Amino acid sequence: MSYTVLLFGVTKDIIGSSVYCPNDEFYTVGHLREHLYQSFPLLQKLNSLMIAVNMNYAEDHIMLSSTDEIALIPPVSGG
Amino acid sequence: MDFNRERYNRQVLLKDFGEQAQLKLLNSSVLVIGAGGLGVPVLQYLTGMGVGKIGVMDHDTISENNLHRQVLYATDEIGSSKARVAVERLKRLNPDVEFLCFNEQLTVNNALLIISLFDVIVDCTDNFQTRYLINDACVILNKPFVYGAIHQYEGQVSVFNYQGGATYRCLFPAAPENGVVADCNANGVLGVLPGIIGCYQANEVVKVIAGIGEVLTNKLLTIDTLNNKQSVFKFQPKQENQNITQLRSDDYKTLCSSTLMSITPLELAQKLALNEALQLIDVREQYELVYCEIESAVHIPLREIRMRVGELDPMNPVVLICHHGIRSRIACEELLSKGFTTVYNLEGGIDRWAREVDNSLQLY
Repeated sequence: MSYTVLLFGVTKDIIGSSVYCPNDEFYTVGHLREHLYQSFPLLQKLNSLMIAVNMNYAEDHIMLSSTDEIALIPPVSGG
Repeated sequence: MDFNRERYNRQVLLKDFGEQAQLKLLNSSVLVIGAGGLGVPVLQYLTGMGVGKIGVMDHDTISENNLHRQVLYATDEIGSSKARVAVERLKRLNPDVEFLCFNEQLTVNNALLIISLFDVIVDCTDNFQTRYLINDACVILNKPFVYGAIHQYEGQVSVFNYQGGATYRCLFPAAPENGVVADCNANGVLGVLPGIIGCYQANEVVKVIAGIGEVLTNKLLTIDTLNNKQSVFKFQPKQENQNITQLRSDDYKTLCSSTLMSITPLELAQKLALNEALQLIDVREQYELVYCEIESAVHIPLREIRMRVGELDPMNPVVLICHHGIRSRIACEELLSKGFTTVYNLEGGIDRWAREVDNSLQLY
């Protein structure tokens, strides 16, 4: 099973592309978050990292399926 | 209330807008915090469209590297106060509008008072500390605020705290660690991007005031200008973020009263040429003054600054000067701890001043 995670803002710079496709299986948003924090420790320093599933803010307990549209949205400061 | 029908004719003509919405705009007040990349288009359009009272808040001065995106300002205004120049320019665009000029930074001390004067707040700032401070103050005062932020080629827009809707903390509970997310100064920004995002913010302000359309409440709009992709993400209000009663978060603790700012010799020379009211304090020792000094500076050696702090006015900007900018930094911290609102450290001290501004001074 493979997921497609769309990246926004500084997560593009941290992960190094505009899309991230992990091969592991994640039951929930929380599992995906853990995987991301372990693979890219800098993401944890954002303190806030919104994970959206099918265009909705997703809490960590939300179940994931490989057809879901997942996005990582970090805080942005520029003005 | 009567108004200038000719000026606003083209938007009054709009179906679903009309005179009623125009009157709502003319009777409303909006505070724009930050008169930079986002603030410039927000201010220009809100002024043009006829918001009755507009607060312009920015403590910064115009730099040459602002001009590619902050297109309200002119090359011969480099070094001048953004808030003052913006108000001068905008008054000419629309004399119907009443402007309040805040040439200062939003701090824990002034946030509640200033924000309480306006109906809608627009967050056009460039740092997380002020964004969290704006959020918390708006939650306490029950004011809606229109958020915009940019990163490289991308922007975000939302409306927070509107009619019981979600707040900034519902989306992003806490600020990132320093340095993880760089700002435009470090990361670069294409001139047009803040123009686009600022226009979306101005559009949301009008919708909130006039009561037309769908407001971006509980929704985050993201715009990627490289591929023209727009997305709208939905999120929910969280009760715990709506119960803020005091400004005391660690997210903006350094904005408790004021922050230490650096000023280069050239920037200081520009301010002095504009006759800005600055208190120049030279904290070197008496024997060092023999070599060189800046004429208008008052001499208070570093070791005496704590005792003689009463000789200075805490409400007016102070510039501290020493040989290389190290002792003056310590003096800055001392004054900030005493509640001074605006304290500058002269970068590189009188040594750099002598090299860059006044070659007649003797180096030592």
